[in-house]
Amino acid sequence: MAVNIVKEKTLSQVGLVKLGATKEEGGTRAVTYTIGGDAALPFHHFEGKIANRPIVAMEVQDIEPNWPGTVKKHFEGVLDKPGEWAKKCVDEYGADAIYVRLEGAHPDGADKSPEDCVAVVKEVLGAVGVPLIVTGCEIEEKDNEVLVAVAEACTGENLLIGFAEQENYKSLTAACMVHKHNIIARSPLDINICKQLNILITEMNLAHDRIIIDPSIGGLGYGIEYAYSIMERARLGALQGDKMLSMPILCTVGKEAWRAKEASASEEEYPAWGEEEERGILWESSTASALLQAGGSIFLMRHPKAVSLIKNNIEQLMKDNSY
Amino acid sequence: MGLTGLEIYKQLPKKNCGECGPPTCLAFAMALANGKAQLSTCPYVSDEAKANLESASAPPIALVKAGDGDNQVEMGDETELFRHDKKFYHETSVGFKVSDSLNEEELEAKAKEIEDLVFERVGLQYKVQFVAVVNDSQDAETFKKAVAKVAANTSVTPMLVSEDPAALEGALDVAADKKPLIYAATADNYEKMTELAKGKGCPLVVKAEGLEALAELVEKVVALGHKQLVLDSGQTEASKIVGDLVQMRRQAIKKKFRPFGYPSIVFTTEEDPLAEITQAITYVSKYASIIILNTTKKAHVLPLLAWRQNLYTDPQVPIQVEQKLHEVGEVNEDSPVYLTTNFSLTYYSVQGEVESTKIPSYILSVDTDGTSVLTAYAAGKYEAEKIAEVMKKVGLDDKVKHRNMIIPGYVAVLKGKLEEASGWNVIVGPREASGIVAFAKSQFS
Repeated sequence: MAVNIVKEKTLSQVGLVKLGATKEEGGTRAVTYTIGGDAALPFHHFEGKIANRPIVAMEVQDIEPNWPGTVKKHFEGVLDKPGEWAKKCVDEYGADAIYVRLEGAHPDGADKSPEDCVAVVKEVLGAVGVPLIVTGCEIEEKDNEVLVAVAEACTGENLLIGFAEQENYKSLTAACMVHKHNIIARSPLDINICKQLNILITEMNLAHDRIIIDPSIGGLGYGIEYAYSIMERARLGALQGDKMLSMPILCTVGKEAWRAKEASASEEEYPAWGEEEERGILWESSTASALLQAGGSIFLMRHPKAVSLIKNNIEQLMKDNSY
Repeated sequence: MGLTGLEIYKQLPKKNCGECGPPTCLAFAMALANGKAQLSTCPYVSDEAKANLESASAPPIALVKAGDGDNQVEMGDETELFRHDKKFYHETSVGFKVSDSLNEEELEAKAKEIEDLVFERVGLQYKVQFVAVVNDSQDAETFKKAVAKVAANTSVTPMLVSEDPAALEGALDVAADKKPLIYAATADNYEKMTELAKGKGCPLVVKAEGLEALAELVEKVVALGHKQLVLDSGQTEASKIVGDLVQMRRQAIKKKFRPFGYPSIVFTTEEDPLAEITQAITYVSKYASIIILNTTKKAHVLPLLAWRQNLYTDPQVPIQVEQKLHEVGEVNEDSPVYLTTNFSLTYYSVQGEVESTKIPSYILSVDTDGTSVLTAYAAGKYEAEKIAEVMKKVGLDDKVKHRNMIIPGYVAVLKGKLEEASGWNVIVGPREASGIVAFAKSQFS
């Protein structure tokens, strides 16, 4: 019997979103990216064009992060200097983009003012030439002040800002519209809410190509399979023409992977789990590698070795496999 | 992809004799379609119809078995392309390469290292499936000795890697009772390999370069009468391996293309062990039935086995823990008591953090049908009366002398009612498990 290659017919493709803006485009970025555009399931080059490779953004915070020592040691000396920290991520560790997490804005923590937060984002913009992804401290009222201030101060930079949620999307959507940024629409592991939120945001007239989906992933071992299936369903929906599920997907890999006990428990405490740092690195890279197969386009990560592993994984998978 | 009742009915004698049990042939056909009856109970079905029905109802991907006893490995028998459509059934088997060029001590050490790759996490046990002895020496006698040495030092099922039938024959002399997986039948050796595998009742990998050549070779092997097969399309680039794995799975399930209706095997190609595992994660995601690795370090293997377990979880059945009062550490009558649900993920997140507080504690997991705190509350499965009842049932009053129950922050609203229903003082804990350590520090130090 002759082998007949089975190619699925698709009616549509994943949407395109552009991150960052060059001088000519009104920003200051040396590099910009176009994300999404897949016309097939992830890395199924044999049945549709995979136009753009997924990208990896490394996380930088405005306060010293509460990360395990095995991660922090790679940023020694720069953890209190967001600009230098970001530069190290890009120059030494090959980050495609920088993810600025304004954890210091938290009212129960450093409670930084919106002006201080803007200054941090500006510092990072000045230090690196790659696009920025910016999120707040995840306290609604405070984020609405901080993120709106960041959006305004960085007009034209074409940032990716989050998180918009079903109960709190209006002020961020408005700010992104007025100041020309992209928005992260976060839904709580629920494909219906995911779709609904995209509808709500587009109804406010923010363009379809300015939205990125955050499905709220779980880390390896802690519910990752729920996100995996939701992402697969969203991709299948996008390919069948469902515009409101077709936005590129972002995965908060670093945060979720390093929360797991397995990522940072010492070998003394759990000898049966083996060496601590390599286990942690793999916990993060495995979370990312799994979600790459479900259709992730933007990966927010922490450990430099995990970043290099996943970039290598992406490079290998971007090679053509047509028959 | 079974037949419908009507399709089956067409093949039946239509006598409506009722001797099979159901009163009519149509009812019998319906029962067959639902897997609730056996065709053999019909005394009048023709041989031709029997053959048609059997081949049509064969699973799209054959179930293939290797190993014996407790270490038996089952592969294949998959019916889905996406886990959300139903579930994936047989977890990817993980194996490790061991060269027959190692000396005796090294072989023994390696075998023991592989034997030791058993992990406990979140109440589950993760195991590995194959030890792949590779005939690097190209010498039959050396191979045989190495296989014997490895088999004597681990209970993990052997996979015999040699394309030399003579070397394999020798190795089978010492390992056939373990039902090893034989690797591999190629265009050059398939007749002898098939004879060996068939003779010893062992599964056989069929290997060829590319899908076309592979399908051809599989048909030749099947024609020789062996059907316990595993497929290797001979690719070495990750991207092409993904392509072939997807094609084989699709063609078997959607087109019922028989030559690809068997489990698949892949080898990692990255040298850096961390890159190797990251690559293997891709193959687990994309249907590989067996993955053969080089690294045998615990820290490397655990994340891979965790992903395998996650992916093969039944999406319709949340993993649950028992409803009971769990003890963390050396508890006593002053130990704190935490309340959670019986959803495995929720429970083990809480348990891990409670363990990290270094304060011996009780955790009460209330049966919420395996749902998380918020979901359970929204569905009315986490009511004050029910929780109070469980508290009584597990005899909490006699376990501790204090009367303080720590509840999840997300259900702070339960405080008043639960205090009323249980007579206990309710302390609202953090919303997320990750807040437990800080919470315990402020409460109990």
